[in-house]
Amino acid sequence: MFENITCIKIGMSSCGVAAGAEELYQQLSAVIKEKKLPVELKKVGCLGICYAEPLIEVKTGDNPAVIYRNVNIETALEILENKIPSELVIDEDLEIKNQKRIVLKNCGKIDPEKIEDYIQNKGYQAIKKAILELKEEKIIEEIKKSGLRGRGGAGYPTWLKWKATKEVISLNNDGKFVICNGDEGDPGAYMDRSILEGDPHSVIEGMMIAGFATGAAKGFFYIRAEYPLAVDRVQKAIDQCYDRNLLGEKIHGSDFNFDLEIRLGAGAFVCGEETALISSIEGKRGYPRPRPPFPSIKGLWDKPTVINNVETLANTPYIILNGGDEYAKTGTDKSKGTKVFALTGKVKKPGLIEVPMGTTLRTVIEEIGGGIQGNKKFKAVQTGGPSGGIIPEKYLDTPISYESLQELGSIMGSGGMIVMDEDDCAVDIAKFFTKFCVDESCGKCAPCRIGTIQTLKILEKLTNGEGAPEDIDKLKTICHSMEKASLCGLGQTAPKPVLSSIRYFEDEYLEHIKEKTCRAGKCSFLKQESVEK
Amino acid sequence: MTFYTPIPDELKEYIDKWKLKKGSLIMILRSVQDYYGYVPKKICFSLAKELKAPLARIYEVLTFYNYFKTESPGKYKIAVCMGTACYLKGAAAIIKAIEDKLDIKESQATKDGLFSLENVRCIGCCGIAPNMRINEKIYGKLNKERVSEILDEYINLNAGVSSSQEPPIL
Amino acid sequence: MINAIINGIQIQVEQGTTILDAAKKANIKIPTLCKHPDLDPTAACGICIVKIKGSDKMARSCCTEIEEGMDITTHDAEITAIRRTVLELILSNHPNACLTCIRNQNCELQSIAAEFGIAEEPFEKILSEEKIDESIKTIVLEPEKCIKCGRCVQACQDMQNVWALSFVNRGIKTKIAPAAEFKLAESPCVSCGQCSAYCPVGSIYEYDETSTVWNALNDPSKYCVAQIAPAVRVAIGESFGMESGELATGKLYSLLKRMGFKAVFDTNFGADVTIVEEATEFVKRLRGGEGILPLISSCCPGWVDFMEKFHSDMIPNFSTCKSPHEILATLAKTYYAQKTNIPASDIFMASIMPCIAKKFEVHRSKEMYASGNQDVDVSITTRELVKMIKQTGIDFAALTDSEPDHILADYSGGGTIFGVTGGVMEAGLRTINYLITGKNLEKFDLKDVRGLKGVKEADIRIGEHDLKVAVAHGLGNVEYLMNKIRAARETGQNPPYHFIEAMACPGGCIGGGGQPRNVNDAVRNLRINGLYADDKNCKHRNCHDNPQIKQLYKEFLGEPGGTKSQELLHLYYRKREEYKSYRETDFLF
Repeated sequence: MFENITCIKIGMSSCGVAAGAEELYQQLSAVIKEKKLPVELKKVGCLGICYAEPLIEVKTGDNPAVIYRNVNIETALEILENKIPSELVIDEDLEIKNQKRIVLKNCGKIDPEKIEDYIQNKGYQAIKKAILELKEEKIIEEIKKSGLRGRGGAGYPTWLKWKATKEVISLNNDGKFVICNGDEGDPGAYMDRSILEGDPHSVIEGMMIAGFATGAAKGFFYIRAEYPLAVDRVQKAIDQCYDRNLLGEKIHGSDFNFDLEIRLGAGAFVCGEETALISSIEGKRGYPRPRPPFPSIKGLWDKPTVINNVETLANTPYIILNGGDEYAKTGTDKSKGTKVFALTGKVKKPGLIEVPMGTTLRTVIEEIGGGIQGNKKFKAVQTGGPSGGIIPEKYLDTPISYESLQELGSIMGSGGMIVMDEDDCAVDIAKFFTKFCVDESCGKCAPCRIGTIQTLKILEKLTNGEGAPEDIDKLKTICHSMEKASLCGLGQTAPKPVLSSIRYFEDEYLEHIKEKTCRAGKCSFLKQESVEK
Repeated sequence: MTFYTPIPDELKEYIDKWKLKKGSLIMILRSVQDYYGYVPKKICFSLAKELKAPLARIYEVLTFYNYFKTESPGKYKIAVCMGTACYLKGAAAIIKAIEDKLDIKESQATKDGLFSLENVRCIGCCGIAPNMRINEKIYGKLNKERVSEILDEYINLNAGVSSSQEPPIL
Repeated sequence: MINAIINGIQIQVEQGTTILDAAKKANIKIPTLCKHPDLDPTAACGICIVKIKGSDKMARSCCTEIEEGMDITTHDAEITAIRRTVLELILSNHPNACLTCIRNQNCELQSIAAEFGIAEEPFEKILSEEKIDESIKTIVLEPEKCIKCGRCVQACQDMQNVWALSFVNRGIKTKIAPAAEFKLAESPCVSCGQCSAYCPVGSIYEYDETSTVWNALNDPSKYCVAQIAPAVRVAIGESFGMESGELATGKLYSLLKRMGFKAVFDTNFGADVTIVEEATEFVKRLRGGEGILPLISSCCPGWVDFMEKFHSDMIPNFSTCKSPHEILATLAKTYYAQKTNIPASDIFMASIMPCIAKKFEVHRSKEMYASGNQDVDVSITTRELVKMIKQTGIDFAALTDSEPDHILADYSGGGTIFGVTGGVMEAGLRTINYLITGKNLEKFDLKDVRGLKGVKEADIRIGEHDLKVAVAHGLGNVEYLMNKIRAARETGQNPPYHFIEAMACPGGCIGGGGQPRNVNDAVRNLRINGLYADDKNCKHRNCHDNPQIKQLYKEFLGEPGGTKSQELLHLYYRKREEYKSYRETDFLF
């Protein structure tokens, strides 16, 4: 026994830990220590196969590694004894079929708390190349060629943001900032958390590239309040960088200085909006500001500021190392590269996935997600969280891109993809997201502050069986005003879940209003009735 | 009217480190909450003095962000995830189960101060929904029975300890 | 210059002009609810949205600067429909209480609703359950009516640096209130009332004391007298269709008599006394007598409250003179009472003031009872008087002038300019010049201390003294001066000034928190011009030349700054530093 096993990796992202990976690690490590086994036990980030946590990957000799699912200490010991519980083996090739891993390439492979692991996998080569070979203009040129667009949702070309900031003439070099937007707030999305937990150095390197390209000497990591593990790992990563002079002064012997600091959010979805995020880093209420002026010109403390999302930044080292053209080979005409999604809801295999842009929704849900669980019928897929919409079955063959999802009344968003089945109600899901927006509206501007709650009131009437025929028009009127008159993205997109559900499931709205029934059986008035019966 | 109270040394050290940095109010308030479990009013007065900031500014920030609590929570803070995936998979029933078992409502604490319950935004473990978090520990793939077992574990953990011997609940 | 098109009309404006302001050039009014000309745009209401060609979003015209070649549409069916819905949403969060609201017929929300012809309320009412806060008894907060435009917060925090009001909570639960669940009375509030002046609706207003006045007028045992502050006369007419700055002194005398006041006095007379006392005090200090320099004026009760709470180290610098209306009231219940044989306890003194803080001042300390009774029985604002006039049915604008009761009403030009920023300084210097040189100034107008600049400084040579003086209005500006003085003191330097005038409200009393609303710098300037014109037309420009003042000292007070003056006309200050930790403002963030 034990003879061939050289390395065991345990998936230790938040969800792995929640499923018991921490205990498993402790127990295994005790056994290995006690028996003085020559086995390297490694903590790694998210493998993306979330439904099967806790996961371990076992490497024996020169053989390919094997991944086991739903492992506990008993099964782990069996594995150690080479009694392979074959029903627990996961075929990794099958798991990542249809996927392409650029951003997640290290997630689940390397120990995120060890900078050596990152460096061994070409880590910090991109920033070196950027500083020593490419220089500022060529970096932005490569990013432009890559076609990379903001992965936070809106899809603004990254190079344009960088160029705008670069072109502001700054007299002293503390005058510009790079911010990593890690305020992932969409309910049902955890891409950024997984990247920060699984491969924090890739994001740090991305920030350094952005800093060097734009002339910023200071970066801020803004991380959501609810991600303690991510914060911990990013802080460790920053400390390691300082120890190796990858952060600080004269990086790679050049004149480039770059400092990095974490600032934490404190629970406000609106702080995912870039101007609200800036207010929050400034230590204020997370109120958005009118744009223009855009942060790239006038941002943090009124200084030019590049703000990019975690995933956007994590893409940049790859682009610098492999060239923009290479990156642009993946994807569609206008949407290049890959996109990470948190595929959740009623699919058989929820998980963190990365697919080339242009992959169809059907491939994602049926092939990667394994279809709907429990022999239920697919109803719709929700993308973009509270800023997005729901997409019904007839559009499942749509290739994923910023434009295509927009046309369907949803958005790409940051990457939450929630699959709904026949037990889910279109009105109820609209109500769920609207309630979320009521709680998260900052309250600064009237259209959003009052529009969200009035929308919720009407949806509540509908789900209570008190809806009136004119309510659908009322919803549309409020939603249209919110889209046009709200100050920031939160209010402008908050109507999307409502409008898209009316667009595709108006018959269900009418049922709620006229027949006082909910075909999914979700809405309360129906339950009351059935109790009476 | 002024409730000035000395800031504990441990906290003071952190505040001294941060107060010279621009925009550090949220970081400082977080440290206060980490220390006490909530942000007590009297500390806000001390902070106003210490940071030379208007009290109004501190409260503007304090009352804006969800993370900050101005009331003392239970020893075990139960946070049920209300992200979309959890919602679709029955988070509301999980909350109901906890409410029934502990005889409290959302945003309340039990009379003995052992538990408090709130619903929170997505904690990012959608793959194993529905989830809850008790203090720092996350529990996934919940159902009513599992919730009851977990709560019992905490109750039993504290059963032998009389309240007078309990460390002060911060 | 920037060229752009608005609704097809070619316009040219300066760089940095907002679309909202640029539209005015094309004679287009874009409706807005939250934007006030004095304040930075808060972008809160969402009504001033416009379309810009090439963008599928709508922009807020209040905070979007016009750019070269922009093609803007301010009005079309879609924009109007959206504005209407937003307005209906705002109305759904606001009570239907117009008929019983203090702002009825003078409300920006009501006006805009009328402009849009809002005839029904399509949405469910969602009202705040926050209680009314009238704890401070000068200002009332009525949260239910608040539309969260944020003007008051900007006035209180950015302009006045008081930080009593703040945004609390978020989303639909947002409210504007003091921190830490405090009532206004427990907050740093100094009752300057600028919040109420900027409030577009009936959510912040003065604590109404008109019934106290009516009850006194209807009480036969009372001998009711009134006095009017300088700034009232150039503003009250605005509420009756007169021009801003149009002098209504004679009409006010007539009005108050008609309302039943037995005697009508003029606070300008009190101002003349204040200057004589304060100039005497200054010269004493300048010549090395008791007290230190710079001397800081103390006639503004908002400022006095602010100083006691946050700058009490300046107490030794403060002039001990009471404010003009308190001086006049004390004299009414002593000097006038003696001369007319009316028992002081029967006299009911109502002050008509541009000011909300005076409501607090009238009972702030024992010196406000120098006559043996409360010297001023009630202080009402210009706005409250307007309300009373409307109840009398008197056509104010058509009133003819009449005479006041001269003994406490005749005034000099120096007295009347008390109502503008720089006026106390100018009147003071006129008399200081006389006290030092024995001669009157040849040129009365001291231009350096006039105008709306926040902090004004001047050097003036009087006798052998080179005096440095400074004038600040708006508490944020006043604080700047205090910090400068303190910095000099702490580093052992000579004080940077000899004499300082400080006023809490922008523009001085003419821009007071209790004045008719809808004030901006244009209106302030008109009111200021009105008072300077009054000054110019006065027979006597110097306070010390007022014959009634001379007689007062001869018959009753004796020497300026003498024992009797000290006893009746001066006051002392106390530290109230318990408020200090509420409002440290030296922070880094």
